[in-house]
Amino acid sequence: MVPSYEDIIERLNSHKLWDFPGGVHPDDKKTLSNTSGIQRVALPDLFTLPLRQHVGMEGGCIVDVGDRVKKGQPLTQSTNPYAVPVHAPSSGEVVAIAPHVIAHPSGLTEMCISIRPDGEDSWTELAPMADYRAYEKSELIEAICNAGISGLGGAGFPTHIKTSSSKPVEFLIINGIECEPYITADDRLMREYAWQIRQGIDILTHLVGPKAIVIAVEDNKPEAIEALRLACQDKTDYRIVPVETKYPAGGEKQLIQIITGREVPRNGLPADIGILMFNVGTAYAIADAIISGKPLIERVVTLTGEAAGQPCNVWARLGTPVGHLLDHAEYQPEKQRAPRVIMGGPMMGFALADLNIPIVKITNCLLVPGKRELADDDVERPCIRCSECADACPASLLPQQLFWHAKAKEHDKVQEYNLFDCIECGACAYVCPSEIPLVHYYRQAKSAIRLERDERNKAEKARLRFEARKARLEQEKREREERHRKAKEARMAASENKGSTGSKDKVAAALARAKAKKQSQQSAGTASQPPEDKKAQVAAAVARAKAKKATRQSDTSLPSEPDAAPSEGSDDKQEKVAAAIARAKAKKAQRDSPEQQDVTSPLSDESPQADEDDKKQRVAAAVARAKAKKQAREASLEESADSSDERADNQSSTSDKDARIAAAVARAKAKKAQRDMPRQSNEHSARDEAAKQENTAEDEKRQRIAAAVAKAKAKKAARNTDSENE
Amino acid sequence: MALSFSIIAIGVLALIFGLVLGYASIRFKVESDPLVDQIDEILPQTQCGQCGHPGCRPYAEGIANGEDINKCPPGGEATIKKLADLMGVEPKPLDDAHGEEDVKKVAFIREDECIGCTKCIQACPVDAILGAAKQMHTVITDECTGCDLCVDPCPVDCIDMVPLTQTTASWKWDFSDSPRGDIPVKMVS
Repeated sequence: MVPSYEDIIERLNSHKLWDFPGGVHPDDKKTLSNTSGIQRVALPDLFTLPLRQHVGMEGGCIVDVGDRVKKGQPLTQSTNPYAVPVHAPSSGEVVAIAPHVIAHPSGLTEMCISIRPDGEDSWTELAPMADYRAYEKSELIEAICNAGISGLGGAGFPTHIKTSSSKPVEFLIINGIECEPYITADDRLMREYAWQIRQGIDILTHLVGPKAIVIAVEDNKPEAIEALRLACQDKTDYRIVPVETKYPAGGEKQLIQIITGREVPRNGLPADIGILMFNVGTAYAIADAIISGKPLIERVVTLTGEAAGQPCNVWARLGTPVGHLLDHAEYQPEKQRAPRVIMGGPMMGFALADLNIPIVKITNCLLVPGKRELADDDVERPCIRCSECADACPASLLPQQLFWHAKAKEHDKVQEYNLFDCIECGACAYVCPSEIPLVHYYRQAKSAIRLERDERNKAEKARLRFEARKARLEQEKREREERHRKAKEARMAASENKGSTGSKDKVAAALARAKAKKQSQQSAGTASQPPEDKKAQVAAAVARAKAKKATRQSDTSLPSEPDAAPSEGSDDKQEKVAAAIARAKAKKAQRDSPEQQDVTSPLSDESPQADEDDKKQRVAAAVARAKAKKQAREASLEESADSSDERADNQSSTSDKDARIAAAVARAKAKKAQRDMPRQSNEHSARDEAAKQENTAEDEKRQRIAAAVAKAKAKKAARNTDSENE
Repeated sequence: MALSFSIIAIGVLALIFGLVLGYASIRFKVESDPLVDQIDEILPQTQCGQCGHPGCRPYAEGIANGEDINKCPPGGEATIKKLADLMGVEPKPLDDAHGEEDVKKVAFIREDECIGCTKCIQACPVDAILGAAKQMHTVITDECTGCDLCVDPCPVDCIDMVPLTQTTASWKWDFSDSPRGDIPVKMVS
């Protein structure tokens, strides 16, 4: 059912157009302001530029307070494709970057850059691309974006997004309808700047390559149509189509319906049905940006209303305070019941909260209505279900149903009645006999639904974040447990290994203990030399006594044998028995004594026992002496080691290297002493050993204490050296 | 003959349907209780725990098991109404024991006073606080659900709950709090 391209062209050629449902015919009041040319306005004292002037994202501010800027210099920057920059409207100084009340019905503040003009109005360096056909399309689109051009018709959709559409374009429609009452900005622009508009259309044609180009102008602007005809007379493919005057024919969807008979799908864009539409003001701005390289810093604004002494159209720099322009139009608040300035037209505009609100890219009109021009606010009466609004609705909605449900805040119901297809044109409210501000209800409902949706999205995000965090915490816990388990396993494994290495360790420890014991004995020897001597003497005495006994035994046994012979006759048998016993005893004694001698010195084996014992004694004494000497030496060595430790302590300032060397030396000496000791101990007599062992417990204790003290000293030394190294 | 034929026919049909149903039960298996999901979707996901559950989903499970629907102060009346609709019960006023409905707030850390203890970071259920040990912390306002859970753990009490300021994006076309009204879309001719 969608009209084909050929059908549409045929109808355009025969000057027959489609129509959209509904619509109203308000008194257009355009003659108030369209009789004089577009005027220039003196620079205001201060420009205030909101960072965000259009739908989409705002850019990041790239100037600082105190910076001097040139006319046309970009003030914001963004990598977001839906953001276009804002430019300095005149040369001057940035005096503030702060929240400022903006052109919004809420009267809320947003971040703005304030510039105090220096009056020179000098341009920054411009980069015109007059020979635009020589450039890549992407370069042109980038230039359009960098010039900060967003749709000047109403919504302010970034123009470069539209022009970079990849879909094939059948119709390029230039919107010169300007259907809303009072507004004549586009009318004057078309009359005075038709040539620039045509250049803009040329550039757009070059960029999007449409099959047909339609310039639509409402038939209440014959001068504008004539001017455009003149400008486009050499371009036969530019169709200038007069459109019957009806509000809201200038709406994008409505105009598409009028020209092509096609309807834009609910959630779609005109590009989806092969159509692109630009406002004439946008076409002019594109020409300015490409041919002269000038960014969008001014636009035509209609100043009108019965409270304005001189209604007119002006070139208004973006950021100019509303009050400054109204002064130019000789605004007389006394002609109003209450001071009241409307930005936009009477159908879709909104009242401003403050005269310092700046002009932005989408501002096309400032209306100051007189006393009896517009009706009062608070005269809303109940809906009488007359269905006038449904007849007037250009989107074929049921405004009374929407109103009903919007008032009851039944958000799902209003959506069922396609609230979001409402273009907020105000035709329903215009025709309402009860003077219900219907659009206001729709706007409230829309914003409530949007906020609810945002909140739901946010809740969803919060839920995801919460779950992600929970998952993360659980994973961390698992990892921690895993780590603990592994550490435990490692510990277990280590302790099992210790079963083998541990026994080795134990052996080593036992060896060390034994060595320490021996050493302690030695040191005890040095400490208690007299008792050691005594012991030696005791041992010697014992040995002597034994030797004596042995000699006595041998004396008695040896003579007993010769004695036995003479007494053979008397008691032969007894004597023989006694002799045998004595022999046995002697033998035993002899057998015993060599064993003892073997232990002490194998050399004395064969010598006679008495001599042997003497020798033994002497040997023992010599051994004891030698031992004592050695112990004394060792003690002195230990002392020297200790003193070297102490020296290390004292001289730790020098370096820990010294200390380490000293420690190593001490260790080596100790080792040597230990090595010596076993040799000595081999030479010790068993008795000496036995005698010494009585002292070992005490000595060991002492030795341990000494070792602990030494360890503590060593630690202290190490710490000192460490701290000094640090 | 006719009897056995009909028995066989019905048996075959039963077998086919059984197979289809068996396949469908595997193919279209629903992982979790869809009612819990629906309730969870209605709850505001602040994860504040004011209902006595550790998060919104546990409370959703609780509601699915017959718990009261009026224990969610952040959701307030709107949530209670939706839950009542979903559960088919009468809406009740918010249970005061769990707190009162309040304007939406977000946490704000007075950064000069922050000592960098990370306690609030550990308390935040949605990871909306940024910082490290002995470094200043700050709240990601966009991610903050206003659950209040970070306020108590702060040892230096440097966290405030600040009401969200209205922006042009969050404005609800309510002229009662703006200096000027909407215009009548009506012209006297």
